[in-house]
Amino acid sequence: MIDTLIWLVALPLASALATQLLPRYATAIVISTAIATSINAAALLYAVATHGVMLYQIGGWTAGLGIALRADGLSALLLMMAAIVLLASSIYASAYFNDNPLRRRFWPLWLLLWCSLNALLLSGDLFNLYVTLELLGLSAVALASLGGKTAALQAALRYLLVGLLGSMLFLAGVTLIYAGYGTLDLATLSRVVAAGPIAWSALALMTVGLLLKTALFPLHFWLPPAHGSAPAPVSAVLSALVVKATFYLVMRLWLDIFSEVVTPQAASIPGVLGAAAVLWGSWQALRAERLKLLAAYSTVAQLGYLFLFFPLLQALPAGAARDAAMGGLVILALTHGLAKSGLFLAIGIIQQRSGHDTIRDLDGTAQRLPATTFAIALSGIALIGLPPSGAFLGKWHLLAAAFSAGQWLWVVVIMIGTLLAAAYTFRVLGHAFGQQPYPRHPVTIAAEEWPALILSAFATIGLGLAGAPVWQLLKVSL
Amino acid sequence: MLTAHWLYGLSGCLIMTFGLRAVLLNDSLLQRIIALNVMGTGVFMILITIAYRGPDAAPDPIPHALVLTGIVVAVSATALALTLIRRLTEEQDND
Amino acid sequence: MNFDTWLPLFVVLSSLLPGLVMFFLDEGSHRLRTVLNMSGALLKLLLVGVITWGVFHQHIYETRWTLAPGLELVLHADTLSVLFVILSTVLWLVTTVYAIGYLEKSPHRSRFFGFFSVCVSATVGLALAGNLLTFVLFYELLTLATYPLVAHRGTPEALRGARIYLAYTLTGGVLLFTGTVWLHSIAGSIAFVEGGTLNQLHADYHPQLKVIFLLMITGLGVKAALVPLHGWLPQAMVAPAPVSALLHAVAVVKAGAFGIIRVVYDVYGVEFTHELGLLTGLGIIAAITIIYGSVKALSQDNLKKRLAYSTVSQVSYIALGITILGPIGTIGGIVHLVHQGVMKITLFFTAGNYAETLGIHKVSEMDGVGQRMPATTLAFSIGALGMIGIPPVAGYVSKWYLALGSLEAGMAWWVMPVLVTSSLLNAAYFLPILYRAWFKQPATKWPSEKILPARFETQAALLWPPLITAVLAIAAGMFAASPYSPLEWASLITRREYGL
Repeated sequence: MIDTLIWLVALPLASALATQLLPRYATAIVISTAIATSINAAALLYAVATHGVMLYQIGGWTAGLGIALRADGLSALLLMMAAIVLLASSIYASAYFNDNPLRRRFWPLWLLLWCSLNALLLSGDLFNLYVTLELLGLSAVALASLGGKTAALQAALRYLLVGLLGSMLFLAGVTLIYAGYGTLDLATLSRVVAAGPIAWSALALMTVGLLLKTALFPLHFWLPPAHGSAPAPVSAVLSALVVKATFYLVMRLWLDIFSEVVTPQAASIPGVLGAAAVLWGSWQALRAERLKLLAAYSTVAQLGYLFLFFPLLQALPAGAARDAAMGGLVILALTHGLAKSGLFLAIGIIQQRSGHDTIRDLDGTAQRLPATTFAIALSGIALIGLPPSGAFLGKWHLLAAAFSAGQWLWVVVIMIGTLLAAAYTFRVLGHAFGQQPYPRHPVTIAAEEWPALILSAFATIGLGLAGAPVWQLLKVSL
Repeated sequence: MLTAHWLYGLSGCLIMTFGLRAVLLNDSLLQRIIALNVMGTGVFMILITIAYRGPDAAPDPIPHALVLTGIVVAVSATALALTLIRRLTEEQDND
Repeated sequence: MNFDTWLPLFVVLSSLLPGLVMFFLDEGSHRLRTVLNMSGALLKLLLVGVITWGVFHQHIYETRWTLAPGLELVLHADTLSVLFVILSTVLWLVTTVYAIGYLEKSPHRSRFFGFFSVCVSATVGLALAGNLLTFVLFYELLTLATYPLVAHRGTPEALRGARIYLAYTLTGGVLLFTGTVWLHSIAGSIAFVEGGTLNQLHADYHPQLKVIFLLMITGLGVKAALVPLHGWLPQAMVAPAPVSALLHAVAVVKAGAFGIIRVVYDVYGVEFTHELGLLTGLGIIAAITIIYGSVKALSQDNLKKRLAYSTVSQVSYIALGITILGPIGTIGGIVHLVHQGVMKITLFFTAGNYAETLGIHKVSEMDGVGQRMPATTLAFSIGALGMIGIPPVAGYVSKWYLALGSLEAGMAWWVMPVLVTSSLLNAAYFLPILYRAWFKQPATKWPSEKILPARFETQAALLWPPLITAVLAIAAGMFAASPYSPLEWASLITRREYGL
């Protein structure tokens, strides 16, 4: 069972090299790696559910200089989500990149991104987290630049600079931590961290760095151009997974390791920024002229929802209500990951078939591609938070936590955000109806339409109706 | 008392701050990349200072390992940034 | 794992699964689609028959599924849900036949019938909902499933109507959702229990309970088309005729009215609602809606719009019945849920027939149509007379019980004038149509005659459904006193609600 942990990192890495060496078989290598890694992630999820926290020390080196991999419920869930998104996107990408040289450059970076993402989620040590954060950032930037046009390169460069600055701030925080506590191991830290200038300034530095990478309002400026100009499968993974990885770190720091240090005033900062992100992001999504920008701004808004949980989780005492809210936060993040990747894949199909993604001129394409439009509708439901999506359960617990904590302001934000999300979703879906020609068969491009449909359906139906295990798994924690 | 060890650490802080200021306020891409590297150097200097455990004891190896890894990461990131800048200028020249 | 615990789920799935399959059928597979549609509808009817018999004999049918800690999906058959389930199932079966005939050779049929089935599944789901969470879930699903049906034609007017519909219902949905979560945070999971459960809460919570009631009733009132939340209904009549029929008789407006019944009777409890001083306010709004809808209907020349305003008015009889304290008023309100459905669906079917066969969309074009389409016009007349409240069509039964209930509750001084005024207005906007249709000379040429008379005055699939529902409307009135009639069933519900 232990081997799962190392294979989750090693297999994508080895395959990344293999695709570089054997470009002719790259697609086959990637698809089989994707399937194997998804099975691995499922095995890990099962193992964590039955045996509890999983641990592996590479080469037998102990903490300190050695690299330890560990998985608890939260990391196993995110690994599984990443595997589903990446498997579907890999199948999609094999059809999407019909240009061979481009595909040759794409696959190694793609697997490298998967490798660093898995490594990040399995790291239990602040410095390894820094390294994986950088690897993830670099491979993400390289992938985002594949669009090749001036706009894509500019966006990628800005993305890179922001990412490097964020990591540097994070590293400065890590340095402070080591100076103060003499350890970087997360589990040890959560026991020794005490309120005081060192803890506060370290948390502040790391958080600002991570929020820059997570694109929390007002640090989101780099996200829409970067996500909006990358190739579709890359946008899907950037929006669904890469920002989630840094969010995962913020979560670990604020809700776990530093939870004793965080004061209500401090916790209200991410809350207020999150609320602003919900309103601003949704409003910009509503005004966007291009589908991809709409999706990117919607990511800004959806990340805002996740931060709304922070002041509430801080206010709720440990117990059933807090656990329920915690599960709500995670299921909202998971649903967004699946739905947003499905949405970006669907948009990619539209963009390829019609040569543009201008919302105003969508009529013909939306009606020629009913399955793609259906995928957009399903992911839209999850973004609004309507039943039976997982986001419905997440928003339910978010609202419930706001009512239990007596923090009414968030209730209003959530209501307005929901209506704005409905407005921007149905602004697109209106184009599905009309008198344009339509195909005899609902599904026309199977290798691209099915992945988009399945991801969206997973978010909207799967997580909503079968999401209860999420709460069970979160009980397994480091 | 201001020992060499403190002096070194404080200079690290100063260098980091200067680097940060330059990253935020400069418009030129190349200058920003250099500023980021300056900032990184500051952080690495602080890390090396932390490793100091007194005149007689051997320094802590962990911060040293961190700095080495950090330098490798910084170099690769800079290389990627420079490649992107070059491609961008080529792209702009073509337009 | 026995049959009884799965039966409610099967009732929902019997239309949901065929619906999901239909999305992926080719446009051309007409026969397979019809088989799926009809077998789903008949299977549902069979399952509902079993449930009806069982609930009458105090059997318990309940499906439970945990969605998250403290959040359970519960499908539970009680007397009230059975009433609404039967109504939806029977009328869906009829409407499916009608829709197959109506949409023959029109585009996007896979999409249409897919959403049509999801729409009915959502209606049945919210009818069977055993707690507020489940109700909200299906209530929102209903919004999602009906939007594509309203927008189906894809004309600018259809899209506009659909947009307005969505803006209203989603806003209502958000209010209902917020109220529900708030209530959960005070009182835990809210199961629907006859007589309600909230009266056990401490008096400190009463101010909050009032605000929550307001949120939830506003959310439900949007679909129930209570004035001033009714604006979407006249716009949504751009939908194809079978959709309008279903929207006005079963699915949407009834979901709102049914939700109000659930909240007042099975969440708050009618006596407790009265204690909180909330019942009178709801009654006044219902009364205003009844009069307003009828007055607006008077001036509409567009037939479907006139029927739409008539729905605004008629559905509020249900809300009015809820606010009349005492069992008799309750019976009147609940039985109208069925009676209005059967009568209104007849009217919309016939309106669709006029439009499809002769291109008649306006009342002013209906001169002498009774000679050209006697059977359709007969069905229309039965529906219209029922709406006015003329025996033996079912409508008079509802009005009779509402009037009697108001006397019993001492509310007659304001309910009676409302009932009388509204009936007069009903007569004023329906009787002129009947006069035109039967006694005026037909115009030389119909606006656009599409289907030439062969064996019947129009296609058989369009003719039989309104005739069947018209017969049902008469039967519900004539045999009101026999067992299993809507009236008897409403009395059974009321006895269980009041614990008599």
